[in-house]
Amino acid sequence: MSLTQAPMRRFSNLLYRKPNLYLAMLLIPPLIWFGAIYLGSLLTLLWQGFYTFDDFTMAVTPELTLANFAALFQPSNFDIILRTLSMAIVVSLASAIVAFPIAYYMARYTTGKTKAFFYIAVMMPMWASYIVKAYAWTLLLAKGGVAQWFVQHLGLEPLLQFVLGIPGVGGSTLSTSHLGRFMVFVYIWLPFMILPIQASLERLPPSLLQASADLGAKPRQTFMQVILPLSVPGIAAGSIFTFSLTLGDFIVPQLVGPPGYFVGGMVYAQQGAIGNMPMAAAFTLVPIVLIAVYLSTVKRLGAFDAL
Amino acid sequence: MTLAVQFTHVSRQFGEVKAVDRVSIDIQDGEFFSMLGPSGSGKTTCLRLIAGFEQPSAGSIRIHGEEAAGLPPYQRDVNTVFQDYALFPHMNVRDNVAYGLKVKGVGKTERLDRAEEALTMVALGGYGERKPVQLSGGQRQRVALARALVNRPRVLLLDEPLGALDLKLREQMQSELKKLQRQLGITFIFVTHDQTEALSMSDRVAVFNKGRIEQVDTPRNLYMKPATAFVAEFVGTSNVIRGDLAQRLSGSPQPFSIRPEHVRFAEGPLAADEVEISGLLHDIQYQGSATRYELKLANGQALNISQANNQWLDISNGYQVGQPITARWARAAMTTLTDHAGEV
Repeated sequence: MSLTQAPMRRFSNLLYRKPNLYLAMLLIPPLIWFGAIYLGSLLTLLWQGFYTFDDFTMAVTPELTLANFAALFQPSNFDIILRTLSMAIVVSLASAIVAFPIAYYMARYTTGKTKAFFYIAVMMPMWASYIVKAYAWTLLLAKGGVAQWFVQHLGLEPLLQFVLGIPGVGGSTLSTSHLGRFMVFVYIWLPFMILPIQASLERLPPSLLQASADLGAKPRQTFMQVILPLSVPGIAAGSIFTFSLTLGDFIVPQLVGPPGYFVGGMVYAQQGAIGNMPMAAAFTLVPIVLIAVYLSTVKRLGAFDAL
Repeated sequence: MTLAVQFTHVSRQFGEVKAVDRVSIDIQDGEFFSMLGPSGSGKTTCLRLIAGFEQPSAGSIRIHGEEAAGLPPYQRDVNTVFQDYALFPHMNVRDNVAYGLKVKGVGKTERLDRAEEALTMVALGGYGERKPVQLSGGQRQRVALARALVNRPRVLLLDEPLGALDLKLREQMQSELKKLQRQLGITFIFVTHDQTEALSMSDRVAVFNKGRIEQVDTPRNLYMKPATAFVAEFVGTSNVIRGDLAQRLSGSPQPFSIRPEHVRFAEGPLAADEVEISGLLHDIQYQGSATRYELKLANGQALNISQANNQWLDISNGYQVGQPITARWARAAMTTLTDHAGEV
């Protein structure tokens, strides 16, 4: 019998008898890709952060130094980090607030076709090119653009002028203000917040909400004590996207908002325009460290306890 | 005696489906009341109507005399033990139990004391720090019970709470629940599809079928005097005899029920208060404490006979499949049935 077996059959039987071989065949190609090409190149890049850059000759020499990392704390560089970090935080907070009701409605009230409609509606903006969307927003927010037209017709011009006058929020027009940049970021990353929150709410058994009401909790108490704590892992997952994507972005800050680098733009400038690879590598470490700090903080706050 | 819960012509429709159809029940204060029926019979919907998770399409529900239709769950003095326990996974056992007190604004020291007291009552003192996932099914069940009872409700609703437990644990919880109910003196409304459970625990049982109540009675009456063919066959097993055969045996065309254990094999002359019928022995099932015999009657109907194996030397009784048998029972053991109950 075994002599007459086709080679494919023998091979599949071998895999059946040796499950570890089967797993190895399945995992080794992607692990090589991920390990060598992805992690390997990232570590090589970070390692270059210890190299020395000669300002005069513009030459990089493999003499190890901590000067690049120390330079991150110079006021001009540290400003960039603070600007990026504060934007990432407010964008994440705002996305969570805007996304929650949509996610809640999707998870608890929609079924079948309505649910499919919402999925498509949330994901459709991601089908369009990100750069096109960012450019489109510069037009929407520009002087004489659609946003201003609406503000004028609603008679809210003075309010807009007041908001644009606030330092740290405003700017000369919406498209060159921090506010405008913030709006574009929230718009672009919102789907990444909606979907994880929706998934976490979807997993919430309705009997928990009934139990809460049964024990005497008013709807507001049920929300604060049961729904919100149990959706925190979803909010945390979504905020990891919005937070890290904002930290690393270098296109939106360039197109919308006031002048001044973000971390991503700085990496690009150091590496591309100046050719200071070691400084670019040092800046690359910033989002990685910030996200590590962020994750350990939310973990300590118990965000993943309900997982 | 006051009424804990009163249903008057209550209906609940889901689209075209009548889950509960003009049900009227009076549940006494302090009673252990069971709602028994197959799945989809409307018993759980009735429980959810009392809890407030559903609102009736028609009719009135009074809880301790107060109209409850329209009130949300959090304004009702009833608490529920859920089938899946519905413990909050992000809280430890103590916080789960103290939840009802917390949302009602009871102070921290008092609510933690009362939670610990409730946990002790269900034999889980000292388990307060654990998370629900660290408990076994039986322990979760007790936490769910403590979480409901800590609020001192006047009515406790239990939605098939023992369904997920294995047989031994279930029997143990049955007697503990019954003890607890006697000790606390509050009304327990217990939903189950398990007739043994309903019979052994309840003061009274309502049997549900297709959204309607077939019979409400004490366990003994339910078993001995089933009102309808459905009750006779759902509560225990029964022989329901109809038509010509019923006419011949009972003198009335009304269907009647005769329990298998009330039928015996004919010996000696027929007494005046007995009836008998012959058939061929079709099947013998040895069940340990009893043996079940299936008799094929001349009209093709099967007649079940159950004989207790209470003679300890009686290893073989000599009956064989295929042999003709005459079965007898007392006239008094026959219960006349109506085909449809509930028409008031």
